[in-house]
Amino acid sequence: MLPDDDAHDALGPEMRDRCLAITRRDTLKGGTAGALALALAGAPAPAAGEPSAAAHPMPVNGERLPIRTSVNGRPVAAEIDTRTSLLDFLRERLDLTGTKKGCDHGQCGACTVHLDGQRVVSCLTLAAKAEGRAVVTIEGVSDGDTLHPMQQAFIDHDALQCGYCTPGQIMAAIACVREGHTGSRDEIREYMSGNICRCGAYVGIVAAIEDAAARMERI
Amino acid sequence: MRPFSFHRPATPDEAIALFEAIGEGARFVAGGTTLFDLMKLDIERPRHLIDVGAIRGLDGIDADGDTLRIGALATMAAVAAHPAVLRDFPVLSESLARAASPQLRNMASVGGNLLQRTRCPYFRNGVGGAYPCNKREPGSGCAAVEGLDRGQAVLGTSAACNAVSPGDWPVALVAMDALVELRGPLGQRLLPVEEFYRLPGDTPHEEFTLRPGEMIAAVVVPKVAAGRASTYHKIRDRESFSFALASAAVALDMEGGRVRRARIALGGVATKPWRAREAERLLAGMNLDVETALDAGRAAFADARPGRHNAFKPELGARVVADALLIAVERSRA
Ligand SMILES: Cc1cc2nc3c(=O)[nH]c(=O)nc-3n(C[C@H](O)[C@H](O)[C@H](O)COP(=O)(O)OP(=O)(O)OC[C@H]3O[C@@H](n4cnc5c(N)ncnc54)[C@H](O)[C@@H]3O)c2cc1C
Ligand code: FES
Ligand code: FES
Repeated sequence: MLPDDDAHDALGPEMRDRCLAITRRDTLKGGTAGALALALAGAPAPAAGEPSAAAHPMPVNGERLPIRTSVNGRPVAAEIDTRTSLLDFLRERLDLTGTKKGCDHGQCGACTVHLDGQRVVSCLTLAAKAEGRAVVTIEGVSDGDTLHPMQQAFIDHDALQCGYCTPGQIMAAIACVREGHTGSRDEIREYMSGNICRCGAYVGIVAAIEDAAARMERI
Repeated sequence: MRPFSFHRPATPDEAIALFEAIGEGARFVAGGTTLFDLMKLDIERPRHLIDVGAIRGLDGIDADGDTLRIGALATMAAVAAHPAVLRDFPVLSESLARAASPQLRNMASVGGNLLQRTRCPYFRNGVGGAYPCNKREPGSGCAAVEGLDRGQAVLGTSAACNAVSPGDWPVALVAMDALVELRGPLGQRLLPVEEFYRLPGDTPHEEFTLRPGEMIAAVVVPKVAAGRASTYHKIRDRESFSFALASAAVALDMEGGRVRRARIALGGVATKPWRAREAERLLAGMNLDVETALDAGRAAFADARPGRHNAFKPELGARVVADALLIAVERSRA
């Protein structure tokens, strides 16, 4: 039996590794040898649009590694090729394609997600490093059908053209507000400089963040 | 990317033992923002990654003693925003806050930062024979010398390499006479950050004096009053999220309106974090005004050897030093 998540978190790294070993063995024993990943036993069945690591088994030709993480509040256990970036894991394995790949080298911010509440570029984050941590993507910020104030503000201020950079902008912007870096337009620009917009929608983006910052404070 | 195994040791001792046991092909990884990036480009080719990021207790910031001690796994963001660092060493805080992006600063460790590799375009883009590079493939030659060298170094260059040492944080640390605390199979040692870096000479691929299996445990900064009268001034092609074209870390020890001692280090212009000792000597006992500041800046670049497209760097660099000195002297009055 797999330990429940709280218990899992409370374990030291050594015990965690042992749990991972069990996860992998159980997976293989359970006749899912082809599917190198599974949604955690005991977790509620994934609804449409929610991550299910079982969706896409990845042909592994490198070193394998079992990982346990949480994505948008749901536990995920999977076996990965160690070379996998968090970005590719989200997009290719979990079908969470909202997070975009722009440069794949940390230079554009299109792949921004939150890891344990902090914004990071998922393209330079080894998926292996998501072990035991909480990932939130653009798919996880709305409250059901109610958009996050930052999503709504981007619509209200027309803060996009092609929209490719937008998920990364919104994830960075939410973090920017939480960090308290929206004191002035200049401060917003400085603390959003990790997100490039090839369409040049910057004026709308800054306006949307100013607006959403005020709304987020009221919540 | 080439396959590698991934290990999560729980303690520094375990990490060092693991490194020794594995031997060739072993590498520590912290935030991965340099290493994973260069693995994607097939420039770095580790066969075993040892994740020091999972080790607890290596990210502490201790400002209570005679020194400021910063654990190697502290993130750039955490150190930049730490109240004691902001108050006692604006030069350190600014060098981190003006580097990379908020996302990268949340990931990158201040230990890994010391070991980042050059952003020379011929180093990053030439894999597979497109361009030679003595750092990537020792002995293959250098495409940057006599090449498109606008961004290249003007100090500390050799015929084999003129690649810039890209980091901002190491420049600030060198100005403050900081030390790096290393732990390895042979025990622990403290090394001045300045001695952590090598000049390219004939062996540009040998960049650091770190020994195999040695881990950076912490950075130790002596507490000096000059830390408060300090700044990291950085000029880039764009206002933010860019490496330095020229930068200066400056700290001033003042006495009765005159400079008792100045500390000056340069970034973006040299092949390693560059201490400008001649300029420091020039300022001792001087009244710091625009003219003396500019004299000091020019002295810092007296030995500069520009190439084809970067002749602007010595003058830009001199003015960056002068501006930094004037910012620092302002802070010494506060
Ligand atoms: C797009 C982009 C822009 C950037 N802009 C800037 C900038 O403007 N200014 C700037 O200064 N930097 C900049 N950087 C560089 C960034 O600061 C470094 O990549 C980062 O600090 C490296 O830290 P890390 O923890 O991610 O290191 P890693 O990538 O994990 O490791 C880097 C190296 O250090 C070794 N290592 C890591 N930790 C240890 C340890 N504790 N002991 C021994 N060895 C260790 C690894 O083996 C590896 O060789 C930028 C990076 C990117 C991708
Ligand atoms: S895709 Fe990650 S920063 Fe560009
Ligand atoms: S909206 Fe097109 S890149 Fe930003």
